[in-house]
Amino acid sequence: MHTDARRPLVEMRGMSKAFPGVQALQSVDLDLHAGEVHAVVGENGAGKSTLMKILAGVNHADAGSVRLQSRPIQNANPRQALERGVTMIHQELNLAPNLSVAENVFLGRAPTRGGLIDWSRLYADAEALAARLGIELDVRARVEDLSVARQQTVEIAKALSLDARVIIMDEPTSALTERETEALFDIIARLKGQGVAIAYISHRLDEIFRVADRVTVLRDGRLVGTLPIGEATPPRLIGMMVGRELTTLFPKEAVEIGQPVLEVRHLRRTGVLDDISFVLRHREILGLAGLVGAGRTELVRGLFGADPLNAGEILIQGRPVHIRSPRDAISLGLGFVTEDRKLQGLVLGMTVRENETLASLAQISRAGLLDTNRETTLAARLVEQLGVRTPSLEQEVANLSGGNQQKVVIAKWLATQPRILILDEPTRGIDVGAKAEVHALMSRLAHDGVSILMISSELPEILGMSDRILVMRQGRVTGEFTREQASQEAIMACAA
Amino acid sequence: MSVVAEPVGEVRARPAVSRGLGNRFLQRYGTLLILLALCLVFTIIGPWRTAREACNLWEQVTAFTLVKNGQVCGPVFASQVNILNLVRQVSVIGIVALGEMLVILTGGIDLGVGSIVGFTGVVAAALQRDNAGLLPTLLVPLLLGGTTGLVVGILVTKGNIPSFVATLGVLAGLQGATLVFTNAQPITGLKEDFRTIGTGYLGAIPLPIVIYAAAILATGLLLGRTTFGRGIYAIGGNESAARLSGIRVDLFKTLVFVISGLGAALGALILTARLNSGQPNSGQGYELDAIASVVIGGTSLSGGRGTVLGTLAGALLIGVLSNGLVLMNVSPYYQPIIKGAIIVGAVLLDQVGRGRRT
Repeated sequence: MHTDARRPLVEMRGMSKAFPGVQALQSVDLDLHAGEVHAVVGENGAGKSTLMKILAGVNHADAGSVRLQSRPIQNANPRQALERGVTMIHQELNLAPNLSVAENVFLGRAPTRGGLIDWSRLYADAEALAARLGIELDVRARVEDLSVARQQTVEIAKALSLDARVIIMDEPTSALTERETEALFDIIARLKGQGVAIAYISHRLDEIFRVADRVTVLRDGRLVGTLPIGEATPPRLIGMMVGRELTTLFPKEAVEIGQPVLEVRHLRRTGVLDDISFVLRHREILGLAGLVGAGRTELVRGLFGADPLNAGEILIQGRPVHIRSPRDAISLGLGFVTEDRKLQGLVLGMTVRENETLASLAQISRAGLLDTNRETTLAARLVEQLGVRTPSLEQEVANLSGGNQQKVVIAKWLATQPRILILDEPTRGIDVGAKAEVHALMSRLAHDGVSILMISSELPEILGMSDRILVMRQGRVTGEFTREQASQEAIMACAA
Repeated sequence: MSVVAEPVGEVRARPAVSRGLGNRFLQRYGTLLILLALCLVFTIIGPWRTAREACNLWEQVTAFTLVKNGQVCGPVFASQVNILNLVRQVSVIGIVALGEMLVILTGGIDLGVGSIVGFTGVVAAALQRDNAGLLPTLLVPLLLGGTTGLVVGILVTKGNIPSFVATLGVLAGLQGATLVFTNAQPITGLKEDFRTIGTGYLGAIPLPIVIYAAAILATGLLLGRTTFGRGIYAIGGNESAARLSGIRVDLFKTLVFVISGLGAALGALILTARLNSGQPNSGQGYELDAIASVVIGGTSLSGGRGTVLGTLAGALLIGVLSNGLVLMNVSPYYQPIIKGAIIVGAVLLDQVGRGRRT
């Protein structure tokens, strides 16, 4: 069948979808052209995931039509979407970890001979796909032995093996290092060349300017606009996303930095941390930069007593301390906002109130008996102080948006009145507005006398928020910069 | 120029996935509904105190009286004697189920409670037979139950053995120990003061029910009002988040096994006193009834969710079922089949009520 080359591959018209209590999408249009990378951006809850899930057959629209190559389609489920060449690569990868790469790529469709799997053809086919992606991929390796980035390429190879014409990527770089991100962009360029349409959801604007041809902005479930990337600028996109222009992204206040609060000397953990020494001062925000896998999270987990350390000395306000458990760390005035709020920060089935007070139960109890009045007062004050948007204190945190969940985690640590607050990727996966609020809060805490150790993989955040920056590589501190000295190039030179 | 800090675009809390009112009702009260339905069924179609023909239900109801020709005319199931008897029977499993629930709330499981009931029961009987006195008869079994729980707790937290395996060991080991200890013969010769625990009354209420009520109250307070209880839910909900929040995870996980062991021993004391002997095979299979009570009561087997009242309803449901089936003269061979079906049905209804969670 002849198709007009100018006609979009996918045409979504008037898509609407309501969830109880919220209109997730209202009459949104979206076109995807063959060989185009189309970025879809918006704050959390703007409706971008819902829109993409409708295309991928995960959700069903209340109204609107989807055409694929001019033919109206309705994907009843992800399987039907796959058969039509529409694949969604989710943030959480769907692979069988104990099977090989090739088995995962052809899961359920392995070539057979006489009823048995034809292994040599299976591996050959998988290798051919890797070649199409332009990557080296050991197709016999077990998936669980691969890095997250590699696992993602396995998902992409799987999509290609299904003759995907439309690939939806949901925050594909959130777990990747810079170098891995580059490799992904190469793959995306190749897919484009092969005529695949790519819908690209991301919070990271710099990436969007790197890879996208066009960008569609959603806000509150409505279409704000679609622009060729040439007409977009970061302030303009952010303005479209939040409904106004943001000029200062990093509201770091200048504060007077005081005496050392935390001193770390020759910290060592075999194979992970190698002779780490540094100082954190009163009211200081110390940024910890480096690539994923440089040992930053391991360092702060060790400091917090969550992981063992083999050697080294830790001094808090000049006094040597022994931190054997998170409990010890908390009693010494440390707080730790972990990298992964769902796995390590929150008890998702518990309420906002219960999560907020979880690290300060001693404060709201006497002889092990909870004082529920004091608990409610404390929780309500924290919700107010941090601007957590929740219908009530008794809401389960699982039902909050990512940004508000993150505020609950931070609230949990503020409740302990920490002197030293460790923040590991404090704004990962939260939208621009919530991100700005977290940054403003950090600034305010430093002003109020809290010393902050912040890990971030986003260089603009490191540069924007830190008074001083440490760079780590392979378990060692490889660089130290003052706010004035630091630049993206200088940090990357130490990190890579 | 504007600074970002203050007014930020409205970020909405995404409401939970759709759950209709009916579904929410089912989720909350599903077990209770089944319980009431069963009671109603056994009341109506179960035996009546006088012949059914003499005792037309419709006439009784329309006449607002249960007396006919000077004879009381009521359902046996709903009679005061039967209800008290039923709850007294339930109290043993019910107490065991309370401890089991604490373990399950932390995400573990205790398969050893049945064998602890058996072993501590015969130990209590032997102490009575050998004239050890009331206090040792009460304390030694409790100590044994608690110690068993302590050992399990240490194996689980320090030895990193899954609780399923550790307590499977207890299940088998103590079952054998009971047989060795008793030589597979019942132990008799219990004294009157000890038997009171199973047969006595406080006012009009049988002592086992009083003890059960106290245990329910204590467990409810523990879960709702103490940092220990909050820790139990947190550990079951997300163990690593709990640990990082300074909750004493290993201590609490050990303590729930200790409490579960104590609960089993307390159940054993009541059971032994009521049976007026130490039976080497008593307690067998109690772990399954206890786990069933907990699960029917809506506690999640993966931990973090569950209530004392749910477990009470679960235990009552199992008790009502056994009691009603006996009253209706259903063959004992059929009873487990019906019981199994109702257990699965109750949990299924709970799942339907919960809806599909994303």
